[in-house]
Amino acid sequence: MDLFEYQARDIFEKHGVPVLTASVATTVDEAEKAATTIGGKVVVKAQVKVGGRGKAGGVKLAENPQDAREKAGAILGMDIKGHTVRTVMIAAAAPIESEYYLAILLDRSNRTFLVMASVSGGMDIEEVAHTAPEKLAKIPVSAVDGISLAKAKEIVAAAQFPADVADQVVDVLLKLWDVFQGEDATLVEVNPLVKTNDGKVIALDGKVTLDDNADFRQPDHEALVDQAAENPLEAVAKEKGLNYVKLEGQVGIIGNGAGLVMSTLDVVAYAGEKYGGVRPANFLDIGGGASAQIMADGLSIILGDKDVKSVFVNVFGGITACDAVANGIVQALELLGPKATKPIVVRLDGNNVVEGRAILAKAAHPLVEQADTMDGAANRAAELAAK
Amino acid sequence: MSIFINNASKVIVQGMTGSEGTKHTRRMLASGTKVVGGVTPGKGGQVVDIDGHQLPVFNTVAEAMSATGANVSVVFVPPKFAKAAVIDAIDATMPLVVVITEGIPVHDAASFYTYAQSKGTTKIIGPNCPGLISPGKSNVGIIPADITGSGPIGLVSKSGTLTYQMMYELRDIGFSTAVGIGGDPVIGTTHIDCLRAFQDDPETTAIVMIGEIGGDAEERAAAFIAEYVTKPVVGYVAGFTAPEGKTMGHAGAIVSGSSGTAQGKKDALEAAGVKVGQTPSETARLLRAIMGR
Repeated sequence: MDLFEYQARDIFEKHGVPVLTASVATTVDEAEKAATTIGGKVVVKAQVKVGGRGKAGGVKLAENPQDAREKAGAILGMDIKGHTVRTVMIAAAAPIESEYYLAILLDRSNRTFLVMASVSGGMDIEEVAHTAPEKLAKIPVSAVDGISLAKAKEIVAAAQFPADVADQVVDVLLKLWDVFQGEDATLVEVNPLVKTNDGKVIALDGKVTLDDNADFRQPDHEALVDQAAENPLEAVAKEKGLNYVKLEGQVGIIGNGAGLVMSTLDVVAYAGEKYGGVRPANFLDIGGGASAQIMADGLSIILGDKDVKSVFVNVFGGITACDAVANGIVQALELLGPKATKPIVVRLDGNNVVEGRAILAKAAHPLVEQADTMDGAANRAAELAAK
Repeated sequence: MSIFINNASKVIVQGMTGSEGTKHTRRMLASGTKVVGGVTPGKGGQVVDIDGHQLPVFNTVAEAMSATGANVSVVFVPPKFAKAAVIDAIDATMPLVVVITEGIPVHDAASFYTYAQSKGTTKIIGPNCPGLISPGKSNVGIIPADITGSGPIGLVSKSGTLTYQMMYELRDIGFSTAVGIGGDPVIGTTHIDCLRAFQDDPETTAIVMIGEIGGDAEERAAAFIAEYVTKPVVGYVAGFTAPEGKTMGHAGAIVSGSSGTAQGKKDALEAAGVKVGQTPSETARLLRAIMGR
């Protein structure tokens, strides 16, 4: 899960990383009030989980509370690369002398953690990495040892931070490691990390990505989910423990196993090219055990999607054999009754496929038709969706 | 021959007394795997009867190894306790640890992987993987044993069900070993490790490599194939239609910006001379054409 800047700022503050006074506002009244409380000049910043908001006009300096109100009015509701701004952060304005860059991240390629640090901060770091790689220090961090004081000093020296801020940056780095490890983050980025003109080092803007697999030991993280942005179908699926992602197409997809479902989406998209660009409507992995209840939950979510014109159930019978899956489908349709209204193409393969297909044939549900192969089923589902 | 496991593999099951552990121990035994015991801290000394097999339970992997001579461990321990279980196996110098558990925090996986590397005596497969099978010899994990028999194809895949699907498509030819390496961001054994082992395995004459969106493992595998692999390789990549920034089931299956895309992986594999199928069936056909089957 990616966090908003203000959430990252709050987490930084909790772990002792120096940040500016700030609060969030979702209305112009709140924005004016926040600016009054903070006092002096403030910065009004759009809260969106996408880069490039500055260029899009999502960050504005305000001279006073009335000005903050106007700037917030201009920013709230703005669309930045498809993201609607629902919240702004009002932060104290800081007189900046220098801008740096600091990040701790998971390095998938090398299966370790990595610190990236640069004294050329404030801009797009991928740009720096590309045009002036010598200005970006990359130092691996052991997942066992983490960032010790000695390691932090090594990093700060490697990135050539000026002597007058070195100690402060070391301290920030140690606290960012606390954030990274303590919160089960896969990315903690500060861009820019600034030196103000009175010599203080402050994390001015932050980006944090959290590992959803660690939710069981991070009870606070549930409150960070952006419910407003969550697709309602995705929210229902999550409640039922289903792995569902809403897409833009017309063929509802149910399958077992993440890889097979991804593959199913692709095969439907290829088949759909022949039918005027029919596309998959969703990703839905019902996992290894396709019980009747799970199948019913999955089908009801997909049939609740008004964009769906046909459904493709693609199951490879492994541990749960095809006859069990077929019974699951039949019972699911009984559970759904008249709520099941769209044609369903089923492709079963693998263990007990003969028995599974026989069960579906015997049930002879008017909405269900079977296909022998994955490619054939995708073609038929796309054809039905195009009708 | 086969890779990583064979007739002589003696397997212990960490988490054998849990419901998943028991269920899959039964299946592994039924497919002829030599399961010799289990490990559940606090339940050492018990003996569990699974379909007539009397399996001793130990508190630690070290105890299990010295009592049974086990050389493979398969882990079904829930995410919360998985790191401790894997560390226990590494400390016991267990040569091969197959971690089936899904949902392990990536900090824990990075930590036990790093620890295993520093010790240098344990190979980890997974986490979040279906395990591996050398049909007719040994089956460690949850891959259905009855899809196909032994044969000359080696298969390496991030995905469980796509592994099964591909084994099914090519069931008349058979497999030396099929390895599910897992869909998490940090895994112990990569495509490259398996490609190297298949290249060096005399029984394997052709290789199927299945990848999916996220990370750059497939791109790195492509570079490795160009440099090291002389046996024919066909590939398949899932996730062309995946939107940017959304996790598609597997924790590691996410396109970030322009990196980790299916197209990028397909292009890299094709540039290395690997034929890449557009669907699993087409991939199977490509392999048949190469093998003349």
